[in-house]
Amino acid sequence: MSEFVQLLTPEGERREHPDYDYRGGPDQIRSLYRDMTLVRRFDAEATALQRHGELGLWAPLVGQEAAQVGAGRALRAQDHVFPTYREHGVAWCRGIDPLQVLSLFRGIDYGSWDPTEKGFNLYTLVIGAQALHAVGYAMGVQRDGAVGTGDPDRDTAVVAHFGDGATSQGDVNEAFVFAASYQAPVVFFCQNNQWAISEPLERQSRIPLYRRAEGFGFPGVQVDGNDILATYAVTQAALQRAREGGGPTLVEAYTYRMGAHTTTDDPTRYRLSDEVEHWKLKDPLARVEAYLRRNGFATDAFFTELAAEADALGERLRTGVRQLAEPTPHQLFDRVYAEIGDELAAQRDGYDAYLASFADAAPTDGGTLETAVAR
Amino acid sequence: MITLAKALNAGLRKAMENDPKVVLLGEDIGRLGGVFRITDGLQKDFGEDRVVDTPLAESGIVGSAVGLALRGYRPVVEIQFDGFVYPAYDQIVNQVAKMHFRTGGKVTMPMVIRIPFAGGIGAVEHHSESPEAQFAHTPGLKVVACSNPIDAYWMIQQAIASPDPIVFLEPKRLYHSDKAELDLAVPPVPLFSSRVVRRGDDLTVLAYGPTVKTALNAAAAAEKEGTSLEVVDLRTLSPLDLAPVFASVRRTGRAVVVHEAHTNLGMGAEVAARISEECFHSLEAPVLRVGGFDTPYPPARAEEHFLPDLDRLLDAVDRSLTW
Ligand SMILES: Cc1ncc(C[n+]2csc(CCOP(=O)(O)OP(=O)(O)O)c2C)c(N)n1
Repeated sequence: MSEFVQLLTPEGERREHPDYDYRGGPDQIRSLYRDMTLVRRFDAEATALQRHGELGLWAPLVGQEAAQVGAGRALRAQDHVFPTYREHGVAWCRGIDPLQVLSLFRGIDYGSWDPTEKGFNLYTLVIGAQALHAVGYAMGVQRDGAVGTGDPDRDTAVVAHFGDGATSQGDVNEAFVFAASYQAPVVFFCQNNQWAISEPLERQSRIPLYRRAEGFGFPGVQVDGNDILATYAVTQAALQRAREGGGPTLVEAYTYRMGAHTTTDDPTRYRLSDEVEHWKLKDPLARVEAYLRRNGFATDAFFTELAAEADALGERLRTGVRQLAEPTPHQLFDRVYAEIGDELAAQRDGYDAYLASFADAAPTDGGTLETAVAR
Repeated sequence: MITLAKALNAGLRKAMENDPKVVLLGEDIGRLGGVFRITDGLQKDFGEDRVVDTPLAESGIVGSAVGLALRGYRPVVEIQFDGFVYPAYDQIVNQVAKMHFRTGGKVTMPMVIRIPFAGGIGAVEHHSESPEAQFAHTPGLKVVACSNPIDAYWMIQQAIASPDPIVFLEPKRLYHSDKAELDLAVPPVPLFSSRVVRRGDDLTVLAYGPTVKTALNAAAAAEKEGTSLEVVDLRTLSPLDLAPVFASVRRTGRAVVVHEAHTNLGMGAEVAARISEECFHSLEAPVLRVGGFDTPYPPARAEEHFLPDLDRLLDAVDRSLTW
């Protein structure tokens, strides 16, 4: 449909594009920058918490802030998002407390926010599965008559997030087929961060990903994923098209995963530091800062206050994560069904009794046959 | 001393040296050497045609392995984590498992599907599942589980040499923690056989994969209390090799099966039923099961509640002994 969309260069200069424009003023750009800064801090803090053993795992988003905040901020309240597991920036834009995201990675739950209330589904770890959920949800939106009414508070779009690797999954391709077939109001937002763990983009696709859409019968657009003005503008246009009944769009946000895939990954085994250095020059935050400063849209005081705000966020997460309530054994059993059955209730009660037997028994070295026999 | 991970790596290497038709397929198995490094260095030594980094698509991996097998290759597929085998489930149970039967025996499916399985590593969702019963319930598949480096080294080679498709389960939490001396002069145990790994008189504990270690630890603890547990490593889940199990239970009169998978309709149910049928008159107590609860695998900080540990196993031992 269109060439690589970029509205703000890595040097912080505005660019024109025939199909897309960013119309927000300096206020809004400052606020986008603020979100990116806080999200980056959230991410850095989480990585540090993982290193200190407070989280079991972390999937860092560093480098992808513009793609996520741009897409997240383009949403309306009634829109619904189906994320993968790295969408911390989108979660932030949906008003989800970062501690709820950390709680998942700490191993306490699988996401404790209310997907309905937040318009943001739980993270999905099985690659690509959520793309189909998004399409189905969008089909529901159609049936509810919430597309093409012209009412900005009613017309609804759905977003499915996934990575470049995910485009190889059957589920994602089936989602494309369904979305096209029913003209579902869905935006497929692919963050092409160039790598699926150790597999480079070339292992998934011989053509630019956005061009796949055409084969399925809907438009695809490639946007500079490190340019928040462009990701915002492109996502907003795609969302609007969906809300108006125009059907699906594939947005390929061309970006880079600056960090490891997760905290257990070692990217030095498969990629060159040259590549990382090259992408550092395209940093999504630096270019907005340059733009704001060059045009006198933000003062030193703005950046100083923002840094303090980020520090405060970091502090809140550091202390907050340690105070998160541990899961109880009852959560194992009581959440399996809406209505627990007798057999599972008996398992639960049996386990309660078993645990109680330890409380009664005299303490031994970690529990041995003695403990068990004491019952 | 060799770790279970290194033993698998060495076994894969040997199989690839012995048979040029052996081809490895999977996500990240090439340059990265797999997320657990089981295939470390193999692509460097055997090339990209023998160690194939695949697109991120499990149905694609297994489905294309079917084609390779039809063309005379022996694909060895790595599924990155247990919970990610399901996108390939249709290919495995409908295609891989049935090809020999459907072709009237004209075509074999010498495929190995390696799955790092079970929990206890503090992982996020879908990284700690025990799907063995789903595959053992599928005729046409064979399912084996290794529990130590020596078995791992031999079993992977035996599985690759086998003409039938084999789901090969690797206890991921033992990959790097379990070490043993590999003496190549000692001949391997045949692939489809269970094995008594500790002698005892009072009760037989049946385990496989990660729970073998749990059972051995429990046996050591029980010994201090004067209870003598025999531990059998089932090793093969389909087909089951129960003759040694029956012999053991006839002697001890009691049996407890322990696995991490959900208890309901799990391997333990089958083993308990078979022991009841064969050893009814020798039994002093019903065969008991200690397994994961019938709940989804919980978040990491609750997995200690889910996983059968030494205490839960000893609790069952006690219930059996005081029957
Ligand atoms: C079905 C499935 N297979 C394998 C995995 C293991 N895995 C987790 S993330 C990942 C790579 C994903 O790459 P991509 O889709 O590009 O997303 P990114 O993490 O780079 O954002 C893999 C293979 C999984 N989560 N789900």
